[in-house]
Amino acid sequence: MQRLDYLRESPSQTAGPYVHIGCTPNFTGIEIFGGDLGTSMKTGPVQGEEITIRGTVFDGTGTPLRDAMIEIWQPDAAGLFPSANETRGTADPNFTGWGRSPGDMVTGEFTFETVKPGAVPYPDGRMQAPHITAWIVARGINIGLHTRIYFADEEAANATDPILTRLEHQNRVPTLLARKEADGVYRFDIHLQGPNETVFFDI
Amino acid sequence: MSLVNTPPRTGGFIPRDRSWQPDALTPQYKTSVRRSPQSALLSFPSTLSEETSPVFGHAMLGELDNDLILNYAKPGESAIGPRIIVHGRVLDENGRGVPGALVEFWQANAGGRYRHKKESYQAALDPNFGGCGRTITGEDGSYEFRTIYPGPYPWPNGMNDWRPAHIHFSLFGHGFAQRLITQMYFEGDPHIPLCPILSTVKSQEAIDALTALLDMNRTVPMDSRAFKFDMVLRGRRQTYFENRTEGL
Ligand SMILES: [Fe+3]
Repeated sequence: MQRLDYLRESPSQTAGPYVHIGCTPNFTGIEIFGGDLGTSMKTGPVQGEEITIRGTVFDGTGTPLRDAMIEIWQPDAAGLFPSANETRGTADPNFTGWGRSPGDMVTGEFTFETVKPGAVPYPDGRMQAPHITAWIVARGINIGLHTRIYFADEEAANATDPILTRLEHQNRVPTLLARKEADGVYRFDIHLQGPNETVFFDI
Repeated sequence: MSLVNTPPRTGGFIPRDRSWQPDALTPQYKTSVRRSPQSALLSFPSTLSEETSPVFGHAMLGELDNDLILNYAKPGESAIGPRIIVHGRVLDENGRGVPGALVEFWQANAGGRYRHKKESYQAALDPNFGGCGRTITGEDGSYEFRTIYPGPYPWPNGMNDWRPAHIHFSLFGHGFAQRLITQMYFEGDPHIPLCPILSTVKSQEAIDALTALLDMNRTVPMDSRAFKFDMVLRGRRQTYFENRTEGL
């Protein structure tokens, strides 16, 4: 018999308690590299609606995580990604699309200063509702958790989103919705476990 | 619903093999008990949101970013410990090198101590060792960095758990779906079979995939030993023929 000569993805291991040393060293007091990557998502004036997204990651007991790292990735206000793989056009040159947050040292709350993302098509051509991809790693998490941040105030788009409508338990959709807290400020808390467990994606 | 013929497109990412990757709930690693989702993950094919990713240019790198012996040391001084070179390639599941991948790494010092305010191990800090570095892979997916051999360290889990010597890695490929954090271990470390974190992977083959071998060919005589560590990120489906169901 022949063998399929594919390689296997490297097994994931927890980011451990000191992920901040590796990914946001300046945050931990190690002054190096001229600053931490992903701290700012804007390199100049950006197009579209500027928003703030705040949230906290909670464990199954409701305790906030203070050793997590959260990354987000999203298109610009026009729905274009600042990526080498973006073939549909050129994204806003002053927008990086990528943010990384170690959370607040005391409360664990993460904050992203970003723009409201534009809509992006699903592979079959249908439009998806505006959303941000989020990825969470921490001590105790063996493999990084993917989820999406949708917006509660995009009701019409959310109602036809290919992913949101695919969820068997529609009562869990709210765990994927960022809610307006103030003008231009949204809250997106993440629950790793429990009755409000966030929907995580195998993507 | 009808089948339509469509022009070829780059395939999405090959689904992650969840039977190979560690489960979320691994009670021997106690912190996972309350930090593991209990509901099934929602599976769907990758979309543009996961098939794109930020671009990190070589221009952002400083000269010493991949030299942990010197990048936190005072001028004329260097980190304490056995000098090693870690090198290898970042590949995808199709066996192709992944160029331009951001590789970040962090580790304890030679005594097993991290430079972190929550660190409680009594081993001494090395004033010349920060413990982090980064690099970007070359055209063939290759990377290398210089560091010191990290010490094993005790950690609060069971009554007497020690981590094998290890280096943490964070990898950024070409799609957000490839995002990966893992750890590298060293050939021959007696703590490997005892580690509650390493045992979250499900087979000896998976442990071996995270264990770097001594590579005498890349050592620098009278200076540094070398260890070779390849890492594999998810690959894209390679298909010319793909019928897609309209409206699915
Ligand atoms: Fe560690």
